[in-house]
Amino acid sequence: MNQDLILLSHGAGGQLMSELIDAMFVSGFDNPILRAREDSGVIELAGERLALTTDSFVVTPVVFPGGDIGKLAACGTINDLAAVGAQPAALAASFILEEGLEQSLLRCCVQSLRAAAEEAGVWVVTGDTKVVPKGSADKLFITTSGIGLVPHNLTISASAARPGDAVLVNGGIGEHGMAVLCAREGIDLQLDIGSDCAPLNGLVRALIDAGCDIHCLRDPTRGGVAAALNEIAQQSRVCIELREESLPVAPAVRTACELLGLEPLQVANEGKMLVILPEEQVEAALAAMRAAPYGAGAAVIGRVVQGPPGRVQLKMTVGPTRVIDRPVGEPMPRIC
Amino acid sequence: MCLAIPMRVISIEGQRAVVEQGGARRTISIGLIEEVKAQDYVLVHAGYAIARVDEEEARRTLELIEQLAERADRSGVQPPDESGGAA
Amino acid sequence: MKYVDEFRDPRVVRDLVEAIGRVPAPRVRLMEVCGTHTMSIARYGLRELICERADLISGPGCPVCVTPQGEIDWFLEAARLPGVVAATFGDMMRVPGSYSSLEQERARGADVRVVYSPADAVELARKNPDRQVIFFGIGFETTAPAVAMSVLEAQRAGAANYSVLCAHKLIPPALRALVEAPDLAVQGFILPGHVSAIIGSRPYEFLAREHGVPCVIAGFEPVDVLQAVHMLLLQVAEGRSAVEIAYGRAVSPDGNPKARAIVSEVFDVADARWRGLGEIPASGLAFNAAHAAFDARRRFEVTPPPAVEPRGCRCGEVLRGLIAPEQCGLFAQRCTPRAPVGPCMVSSEGACAARYRYGSPGGRA
Repeated sequence: MNQDLILLSHGAGGQLMSELIDAMFVSGFDNPILRAREDSGVIELAGERLALTTDSFVVTPVVFPGGDIGKLAACGTINDLAAVGAQPAALAASFILEEGLEQSLLRCCVQSLRAAAEEAGVWVVTGDTKVVPKGSADKLFITTSGIGLVPHNLTISASAARPGDAVLVNGGIGEHGMAVLCAREGIDLQLDIGSDCAPLNGLVRALIDAGCDIHCLRDPTRGGVAAALNEIAQQSRVCIELREESLPVAPAVRTACELLGLEPLQVANEGKMLVILPEEQVEAALAAMRAAPYGAGAAVIGRVVQGPPGRVQLKMTVGPTRVIDRPVGEPMPRIC
Repeated sequence: MCLAIPMRVISIEGQRAVVEQGGARRTISIGLIEEVKAQDYVLVHAGYAIARVDEEEARRTLELIEQLAERADRSGVQPPDESGGAA
Repeated sequence: MKYVDEFRDPRVVRDLVEAIGRVPAPRVRLMEVCGTHTMSIARYGLRELICERADLISGPGCPVCVTPQGEIDWFLEAARLPGVVAATFGDMMRVPGSYSSLEQERARGADVRVVYSPADAVELARKNPDRQVIFFGIGFETTAPAVAMSVLEAQRAGAANYSVLCAHKLIPPALRALVEAPDLAVQGFILPGHVSAIIGSRPYEFLAREHGVPCVIAGFEPVDVLQAVHMLLLQVAEGRSAVEIAYGRAVSPDGNPKARAIVSEVFDVADARWRGLGEIPASGLAFNAAHAAFDARRRFEVTPPPAVEPRGCRCGEVLRGLIAPEQCGLFAQRCTPRAPVGPCMVSSEGACAARYRYGSPGGRA
């Protein structure tokens, strides 16, 4: 079978995408910062640690329950900065516009981007605009980049998880992915929840201010909690065990996943942060998160345990334990 | 093959019904089944209701299993310890 | 979720596992013939829970897995035709044909759309009158009524640009072929709950009456499957063989006659080729004369290159329950969900995919 073409699955946050990034980009650009594979690249500049990140947003539909591509573009980059402990200092935003796009739709998305940026306390200070012929883009693509400073005393890294650590998340999983999928033509499922898209720098700030010694942070976007924890388990060379009964899943997400044959752990989030830290700090962390914006649903979902390094497993409510893999490609509704 | 989940009928209009379960709802076809009314539960597969869920039978099934356990407790039979980590 | 959570209750699961432990029967080999059962058993670790009392094996119950290479290749060729929209259930997107897959064809420019319901494919046809929408009709008796209904809906709506590649297959004839084969060593069948919601329990009676094999029709939650195992063990212990219904909340002996009538309105029973089982008489569906206009095979002139079976692939033996996934030399080595060789690995509910994905810690290469 010819494997030379880029498939949609290569962008889905799962195994295929991981392989593409390694083979094409990490090897292609080859440097120690990139090889660390963190959510933002952290460089030393004038005695400070500067985090730099970039993200492109190509979501369809452009407007979905709970947000739009503008809000997503701001939050995604803000959260990638937050995931290395940086507060966002400035954003850049590039727009690729499809010929024929309604200006009113564009204005709407720009306003959403601004609102989310304002909430996070950051400006869009520069940008770019391109227009491509009809059919070359799906209405509107946005690329945002962000910079922020990482406090010197923080050593948050995907390779820092240790046996005995607790794994926390700030609320219900799988909401963004299901909200977007269900809004698509041909699926037409109405959910009473929307995308969880939100800026989480405030949440991370609260954890740092509470004195928590955070080992890992990751925002589980495409590929879901499964992909994010598999990456951490691999880079930290540890085994992570989740407890099914502790996973926060909104009823609508649950129903939609059951109907379409999908796993909430493999569905994208845009307003969630996975937090891994020593067991002794769980109470303080939960208190800080629950008092912070977007943290009301904070819960412990698992632990770093003794086990084969790189594995993520789920202790099921019915008893046995099973392995949780990254999804291979895009989550596909199925009938079988 | 056969992913189908039980969903509650909210409203009916001709051959189509709005069904709901735990905060998710969809419009589906009820053209493959007879006599369904609002508040019934139906099994939804590929956008069609394929059967009505019989509430009485569901209850009976769970009761039967409960009775199995009660009979075992009463007769003092010790089951072999092989519940495989359910504890 | 109502009617779901109660059937996943860990206490009820425990009660059933204990009840299963108490039945005075030898260790038995039970076969299920439904991909959704394959998934459920693997996903909930049910094999582990009852391994002392029963060995659960998978038969040809995954419609994706039993669709022969030639049929997949036909649909891939058709997807390449100009003006065609190839509509499919998500299950088929990554299945390898001899040379390609729908996912690959989409990357090459074919208009491939994943739909949740065949009704959505009809909607696509109505909204795009200048295109030809071909729907890949796979699935057993659970899905055939929905596809038949979609043809009738297309007819009513005047959507003459809708057609279906009918690849539907029937379970009871496959069971007959299995049970008549000399190399099958199975002491009971876990029968598919949703197929049975349509066909009822009577079509399976020959298994008990003519062949003395215990059968129980089961639902898909852990409690449902375990209850079926318990009932099968009781039949074995008591020397009985019957077709019992453990999924009473969805299945009656008569099934769903209305759904069956809709299938008969559009399709006839026909001989069909099954991957791994070969040609089985009267085991599939084909368009009848009255609805031949919607038969994609008749509408489109498509000649795919000769089908090629992948070397070393033992899907056929896995499908017949002759070998376990781990016994195939390619399993977890050259054949993984990431790079599948045969359909048993790529189908979300193929025996190999289920074993690989949901293998319990230590159970994987």
